[in-house]
Amino acid sequence: MAFRISSSFGLSRSAASRLGMRMTFPRLSMAARYNSTTTETITVREALNSAIDEEMEADPKVWLLGEEVAQYNGAYKVTKGLLDKYGPDRIVDTPITEMGFAGIAVGAALSGTKPICEFMTFNFAMQAIDQIINSGGKTYYMSGGQVPCPVVFRGPNGAAAGVAAQHSQDYASWYGQIPGLKVVSIFDAEDAKGLLKAAIRDPNPVIVLENELMYGTSFPLTEAMKSKDFVLPIGKAKIAREGKDITIVAHSRPVQFSLDAAEKLAKEGISAEVINLRSIRPLDIDTIIKSVKKTNHLVTVEQGFPVCGMGSEISAQIMESEAFDYLDAPVCRIAGADVPMPYARNLEDLSLPTEETIYKQVKRVLNVQ
Amino acid sequence: MMTLNAMDQVLYEAQRQGRISFYMTSFGEEGIVGSAAAMDPNDPMFGQYRESGALLFRGFNLDQVMNQCFSNDLDKGKGRQMPVHYGSKQHRFHTISSPLATQLPQAAGAAYALKRSSITTTPNSNGKEDGQCVICYFGEGAASEGDFHSALNMAATLECPIIFFCRNNGYAISTPSVEQYKGDGVASRGIGYGIDTIRVDGNDVWAVYAATLKAREIVVTQNKPILIESMSYRVGHHSTSDDSSAYRPKKEVEDWNLHDNPLTRMRKWLTNQGWWNDEVQEITKKQIRADVLKAFGDAEARKKPSIPSMFEDVYDCLPQSLVEQKNEIMELVRKYPDYYRVHDFAKEQQ
Repeated sequence: MAFRISSSFGLSRSAASRLGMRMTFPRLSMAARYNSTTTETITVREALNSAIDEEMEADPKVWLLGEEVAQYNGAYKVTKGLLDKYGPDRIVDTPITEMGFAGIAVGAALSGTKPICEFMTFNFAMQAIDQIINSGGKTYYMSGGQVPCPVVFRGPNGAAAGVAAQHSQDYASWYGQIPGLKVVSIFDAEDAKGLLKAAIRDPNPVIVLENELMYGTSFPLTEAMKSKDFVLPIGKAKIAREGKDITIVAHSRPVQFSLDAAEKLAKEGISAEVINLRSIRPLDIDTIIKSVKKTNHLVTVEQGFPVCGMGSEISAQIMESEAFDYLDAPVCRIAGADVPMPYARNLEDLSLPTEETIYKQVKRVLNVQ
Repeated sequence: MMTLNAMDQVLYEAQRQGRISFYMTSFGEEGIVGSAAAMDPNDPMFGQYRESGALLFRGFNLDQVMNQCFSNDLDKGKGRQMPVHYGSKQHRFHTISSPLATQLPQAAGAAYALKRSSITTTPNSNGKEDGQCVICYFGEGAASEGDFHSALNMAATLECPIIFFCRNNGYAISTPSVEQYKGDGVASRGIGYGIDTIRVDGNDVWAVYAATLKAREIVVTQNKPILIESMSYRVGHHSTSDDSSAYRPKKEVEDWNLHDNPLTRMRKWLTNQGWWNDEVQEITKKQIRADVLKAFGDAEARKKPSIPSMFEDVYDCLPQSLVEQKNEIMELVRKYPDYYRVHDFAKEQQ
């Protein structure tokens, strides 16, 4: 890859601006919107770091590799401090070859270790997709169950800010299609810690999709999350907000937009239930079915492209289920625009779903002015 | 080597008769056995696909070969891979991955895992503490893939204990090596990556053995990769999907077969040593062919893997969605046993 814009993400904001990069940050203080009694908070980045740290401490088979993960502490500092603690045999900087180090990870997983392979972004994992899918996802099956492949592929996925077409894609539905892979998509710090720990412990290959713009966001640190055995089940969605009039299903950063939209709708007397999907594969369709049977309306939200997206899959599965008979309106899919991500700020903003998009579509589905 | 040759003849013909779907022979490349002989039996092995000889040397027997090629109920791969795509945990032979060269970075990863030996090492068969070494085979055509370059660079920088063994047989399906690269073969690339490299006469079994033995010694004592380019000639077609008479003269093949064939050379060497003669040759050949045909017949007669086994091993446990699919198809199978020809398949294991 001749041009690696993201290698400068780890720089300070001023350094990045010197390079002519526009860095935008998500709206802060999301934690303040939670009605939590705890005052302790933790960022998504810290939660990911502690998940890796705890699992490496507990299991000597776990190790981590990728570009810039050791000395540089990771392009997004997720692996901060781990080189000092575990040494260069377990925190391994590799040359810049996605297909190479993804292959190393697969081979080492087939040989009894548990590698965590960090992609600087999942956009670059395209160069390694054969290793991930054809070998990582299929070897256990092809070997007749003789050789498992307990590898974790993780890194930021989906739209960042101001990084245009080749750095902004959401790969949830790509990996979600492959039998043999498990796929999770992280929204908050609880997801980060619980799902990453579950992924590392899982004997199957797991894709962990993170979001760059959420790394620095703080969330409440609950007592449960402090436990070294805090794991979330892969394959279970979370009802992030209960409601009775409409179901909004989202994953990753759009969960926050959905929660914000639900808050706004509540002021107008509309009670929206928000489901944080958490797991892309297996897909927890049962939780969605149950919710739709209660609310009779369904909206899906994702930042990925609309065609063959998560919304398409959820719509199809709902139509095939008993929930179809409970729908009072067609399912509405909210997704990214069907164009490669433009760079210009105004065009980029128009390409992604927002709180406002969700708010308006919910009212349209419910047919209220 | 003779077993490999006899087995290839029978299975090649079987494919032509439509009894198996696909096959790849090793004709002309039997010298690969020398490399397997130089490795420790517990050293992990990654093949490309034309390494049946190395696997046979490890003790993968004719029954296991035939069970895989017929994908019957005794196939360890449970009938999920095309013929010749062997894999055997018992013989430390990784399952063949069809996309070319993907095995190279994986082998480097397996070697890196060996380096972290406190958690992964299986003791050597001879009980020695000299560490293990991965061997990874590939063709000169696969060496044009990006995976080849990334694997060599990764193995060199991460100092992985691995032998990259290139079988340069002159052809990548129809593309001759003169069209595959402009430089000095594959060996010259090893130097560029800082990897000690040797080119060897692949049709001389003892040369292959000696080079691999020395390479292994360097790998395990110095913890670094070695590249071997073994020069040979593919006498057979690429696979049963190929007819090489379309792109190379018949005389070229005949000349190689006649003047520089690993089997012939080995036979002459043994004869010169006074350990072999025409009579022994004929008796051995006859016996091997009988063994091959017996294994062939036994495997062909067996049932196919059970129907519900197709849902196993996608994950460590059956997810709910697959449980539902399995139940649905088994219901149909029970209802229409003749349509689904249930008697052709093994019974579900409880």
